Amino acid sequence: MTSVPLTGSTVPRGSGPDLRKRRARRFNRASRRTVLNLLGLLVALFALFPVLWMISTAFKPPTELYSLTPHPIPLHPTLANFRNVFSGSVIGRSYWNFLRNSLFVTIVAVALSSLIGLLAAIALGRFKFKFRTTYLILLLIVQLLPQQALVVSLFIDFRKYNLLDSLVGLIVVYTAFALPVTIWMLRNFAATVPKDLEEAAAIDGAGAWTRFWRILLPLISPGLVSTSVFAFIFAYNEFVFALTFLGTDTAKFTLPLYVEYFYGQNSTDWGAIMASSTLFTIPVLAFFLVTQRRLASGLVAGAVKG
Amino acid sequence: MVTSSHNRPGSPSSPAGSTLPPEPRGPRNPTGRSVPPTPASLGLSFRQRVGIWIKKRGAGPYLLLLPATAVIAALILYPAVQIGLFSFQNYGLMQISGVLPTQWIGWANYSQILHDHEFWVSLKISLYFALVVVPLTMIVGTLVGLLLERLGPKMRTFVSMSAILAWATPAVSASVIFAWLVSPDGGVVDWALTKVPSWLGGGAHWAGFSWTNAPLPAYTVLTVMLVWTGFPFIAVTVLAGLRTLPSELHEAARVDGAGPWRDFWKVTFPLLRPIFLVLALLSTIWDFGMFTQAYIINGQLGNPDQYNLGLYEYAQAFTQPPHYGLASAAAFVLTIILLIVTVGYVRAAIKQGALA
Repeated sequence: MTSVPLTGSTVPRGSGPDLRKRRARRFNRASRRTVLNLLGLLVALFALFPVLWMISTAFKPPTELYSLTPHPIPLHPTLANFRNVFSGSVIGRSYWNFLRNSLFVTIVAVALSSLIGLLAAIALGRFKFKFRTTYLILLLIVQLLPQQALVVSLFIDFRKYNLLDSLVGLIVVYTAFALPVTIWMLRNFAATVPKDLEEAAAIDGAGAWTRFWRILLPLISPGLVSTSVFAFIFAYNEFVFALTFLGTDTAKFTLPLYVEYFYGQNSTDWGAIMASSTLFTIPVLAFFLVTQRRLASGLVAGAVKG
Repeated sequence: MVTSSHNRPGSPSSPAGSTLPPEPRGPRNPTGRSVPPTPASLGLSFRQRVGIWIKKRGAGPYLLLLPATAVIAALILYPAVQIGLFSFQNYGLMQISGVLPTQWIGWANYSQILHDHEFWVSLKISLYFALVVVPLTMIVGTLVGLLLERLGPKMRTFVSMSAILAWATPAVSASVIFAWLVSPDGGVVDWALTKVPSWLGGGAHWAGFSWTNAPLPAYTVLTVMLVWTGFPFIAVTVLAGLRTLPSELHEAARVDGAGPWRDFWKVTFPLLRPIFLVLALLSTIWDFGMFTQAYIINGQLGNPDQYNLGLYEYAQAFTQPPHYGLASAAAFVLTIILLIVTVGYVRAAIKQGALA
């Protein structure tokens, strides 16, 4: 294909009233664009302000926190708040302890739910069987059951099986509650792998195991990445189960529970609270920005479609 | 060897496999005469025989679904059923510690919560909250979606990324941040309100105003927070929907003299109605069932006047002394209300082709 050079408008330049009209239109278009861009900035400011305010507060010394005129940017930025969070001056445990708990629970739960979810997604995406539709509808409903209701019953069961105050208990719950969405999203990816590819490989003598490893898995893996991002964010952010199951033992706390506990225990030291919240939030947001292209499609596919 | 390697236990079978010659059934193939002897029928290992059985019975998908079904049944469905059972029992401190056995007490838990003033207050709070927040989030989200469609590509990316960050902020962080924004000492909201001219409702009386100690101010904060969290998802989804609409429709409407208002209501809205319905129902489920944000902004379980239905139910079980039976009854009510909305949502989602 040869590229066509883009020249200016081929319409001959008019004169007099025609020119004035065109100028007016151009001005209108320019001002419309300015207004739209200003509105866009306003929306971005509304969306970003709380997060930016959190970060800025985390760097403020106490004298600035309670000054009569709050400044958006700290006048005398300090790392003292972060030092308090890392040294654990409030709960007696460092931030690293809670980060370790959170990462352990989240990573294991995501791995388990991805593995179990992948098997189910292959069944739902690549097979026709009797209860397929019923199963999908059930998943959709299960996904929306209120967790603060189920937690009462789970608490009683977990107490019986000694799973309270234990990270293993949390892993089990997070795996289960990440599954419906994981299966729903992965199923679409599994369904899009063309059957011809598998058939061609079968004719070439590839067994089911080879076909799974060489064809199905590589083609589903982008989907696996985006579903694990969702599962990761769910498990890393989860609060209700952590609050109920890890009631008393601060050593076992995950990050969201730590931030809430820190706030509840010490609700005047806003600098340190915002520092702990920043350390908890920024990894999620960074993760989101890095993977957002995948997520945008996953959001639409996984959420609007179920 | 090639045919038999198709049939490993737990691996997906394919249509290609079904065109292969039928495999002998049973371990020893006693009726050997009816089946032509294939290389695979001789010296089959146990694994291969299991694989053949799976394929013949079409059991592959069920085996693949087994682990997920077991986990979901044990940790989501069974607890849901158990809530129903507990709601008819006198499950409390004595029962959970094993001092006394549980007894079936019929509808007593339900009649107790239905006669509890706090239950009705919490139900009303949940209802009003959803009635305010859902439309507000939908309006803000749709307007932002329409705005995003009209922006240039760079600006659109910037604005939608900023919005997505608000959506991605964990509920715990958002709650703690908003608690700080509205804090009576040093909070930026009270400071800003003192600077607002008095004819707009601002003034010095806002200095040190406490937002979280009474239901109305607390739920005002929660309203702003949930709109802030919820609008990006709606904006991004509406934008995706808008992009599927052919531009000729808008042009035709413009030629016929329709302004942007009529264009939206006569062209865009009817075509995107299924998406709006799904979004509205999802938002209702989220906002009616809000827990984490309400728990943190209302100061944990300290103030029963400020409970929504989720907090009310949770408090029955997790404030001393615990009443798991009462909590289960309230949880059951909450679950049923949400299930009704969920059924509407599932129907709307299916109509939109969710199962395709």
